[in-house]
Amino acid sequence: MSIDFRNPRTAGEEALAKAVEARLAAEPISGRVGELRRAAAAAFAEHGLPTRRVEEWKYTDLRAAVREAAPLAGAVTASAEAEAGLRAIAFPGAERVLFVNGAYGRGASPLGKLPAGVSAVPLAAALASGSPLLERIGALAPQRYDAALALNTAMLREGLVIHVAAGAKVETPIHIAHVFTADAPLATFTRTLVVVEEGAQVAIIESHQGPAGVAYQANAASEFYIGDGAHVDLVRVQAEGDGALHLGTLVVDMGREVAFHAFQLATGAATARLSLHGRFSGAGSHAGIRGVNLLTGRQHGDVTMVMDHAVPHCESRELFKTVLKDESHGVFQGKIIVRPDAQKTDGRMMSQALLLGEFAQMDNKPELEIFADDVQCGHGATAGALDDDLLFYLLARGIPPAEAQALLVQAFVGEAVEYVEQEDLREALMAQIVARLGGAP
Amino acid sequence: MLDIRNLHASIDDREILKGLDLTLNAGEVHAIMGPNGSGKSTLSYVLAGKDDYEVTAGTATLDGADLLAMAPDARAAAGLFLAFQYPIEIPGVANMTFLRTALNAQRKARGEAEISTPDFLRLVKAKASDLGISQEMLRRGVNVGFSGGEKKRNEILQMSVLEPKLCILDETDSGLDIDALKIVAQGVNALRSPHRAMLVITHYQRLLDHIVPDVVHVMHQGRIVRSGGKELALELEASGYAAYGDAA
Repeated sequence: MSIDFRNPRTAGEEALAKAVEARLAAEPISGRVGELRRAAAAAFAEHGLPTRRVEEWKYTDLRAAVREAAPLAGAVTASAEAEAGLRAIAFPGAERVLFVNGAYGRGASPLGKLPAGVSAVPLAAALASGSPLLERIGALAPQRYDAALALNTAMLREGLVIHVAAGAKVETPIHIAHVFTADAPLATFTRTLVVVEEGAQVAIIESHQGPAGVAYQANAASEFYIGDGAHVDLVRVQAEGDGALHLGTLVVDMGREVAFHAFQLATGAATARLSLHGRFSGAGSHAGIRGVNLLTGRQHGDVTMVMDHAVPHCESRELFKTVLKDESHGVFQGKIIVRPDAQKTDGRMMSQALLLGEFAQMDNKPELEIFADDVQCGHGATAGALDDDLLFYLLARGIPPAEAQALLVQAFVGEAVEYVEQEDLREALMAQIVARLGGAP
Repeated sequence: MLDIRNLHASIDDREILKGLDLTLNAGEVHAIMGPNGSGKSTLSYVLAGKDDYEVTAGTATLDGADLLAMAPDARAAAGLFLAFQYPIEIPGVANMTFLRTALNAQRKARGEAEISTPDFLRLVKAKASDLGISQEMLRRGVNVGFSGGEKKRNEILQMSVLEPKLCILDETDSGLDIDALKIVAQGVNALRSPHRAMLVITHYQRLLDHIVPDVVHVMHQGRIVRSGGKELALELEASGYAAYGDAA
């Protein structure tokens, strides 16, 4: 006898399923991408939003977070675009592409002026023209059903397709700025596809932000396909408004001898989740995935990642630092998979949390799944308060408690920021961290 | 300058200081010697304001101000400096940033203007070079990767940049070889001034060959049991602390 555990559909699920059906009917897509979209829609119709019995969502109750589905954002107005342009987090020296309320900001994005070797087209245009790059989209979906990514795929329309030509050394970082400006709780779905050809080098910045006090829902998925010998840096800033739900997905496929460095600074949203799925498809590659989560109030911040060592001789390093004030709740779930052929794998994962609030809570769940016998893998997880002896040393030198604490917290997260290679970016990130920590102690 | 009367302090309900009296005048250097466990380090922590200790009776004033009523950072701004026996490592906070933050915090607390960057750099550079502290060490995290001797020199550097009224040196000689000891002692002696008082806490007489005290106190079971001139240190070196009921 089998027992059906499925819960009745929530109002949120009903509304999302309807929105998906409406989009499928209104904007049919042919070919492989169309099939992909229909499959995702069918999967969502079947599985819906995860309950906490689904292991990957054990610590983040998505059904509760999406009690009601927000209506979809409409077309971008010129005034919203102008406002978004002014509000967008600045990364001096980067070339910016703007998304406003989940839609491409036509007037503010100089796609024709991108550095040599880089071309970008809005996803809607790529879908209309049947761009061959779209053959890559969804090629590396996580093997298990993931509600956030399924919804993103089912709603596929807005986003950006970036191509970096073989051998191109792109000095100017490309900044994809997602700015929410509406004062109504709307839902946005954006998809970014980045295809980096052999031997190329590029830095991509992705930022997500919005106003305080608006319960909007942002679902943003990015896919990176990185060719042999390429070097890709990714900086992701999640600074959504404090009422938002942010569902981020990052899927990365690495060829041979790739260097991939990713860093996420997450400070925003009422509930935020980043699902990261990295896969080594070619030997001799290195991935460094780091992040800083700064949580206050009743914020909930979840980073869930899988590094899949499918081939031998690859190295991965993961380091996540979470600072929790007040009653915030942090989650880190990290899994390293070493497949039977992936000998000489070297993988190390660490999650460290600093609990500053008496009622703050951190859930750390590191996992190793190793099927090869000649590997080096390790993981660690810590959670604790600030060291009293460290604090006293600073106080004894005349540094007041709030400043002493801020200095120690900066030092704590600085260990992760340090890995961002570009000095400008590192400083911009550190400045955002200091500004954020400067608030209520 | 420093006036301690009938000071009692406990940790975890165990009384360590049991009615300690001590007076230091400006310009004086006093040494406190005593066997392990006599309460020397406790005295330094209680004066600096570590909250593990509870003061149950007595007073301690610095130039008439009630030290025990002040938070640790306020005590530092008022001119008290403790050179730690075991200086701690602070990864991620550069030595320079630390020194500058501390100096400016103290100046701000005293109502003085912040020091300018060029003035600060000049000040630190000169003092660091006297103590054999390299630019590279200044850029590193506080005490990170420093040897025992380098950590102690770094304490003296902080002391000379912050220019306190009252310096408390807690077992500054521990873990130092003779060359390192000389450098540290030179740094301390350079800070001797008619406007400053120093309290040198040590187990051994060796340090007092290099930092010659005006007064030597013997501490035992949480009190000062004997005081004398610098020759008292030599006597203790010869006879040990056995006369005070301790074989150390």
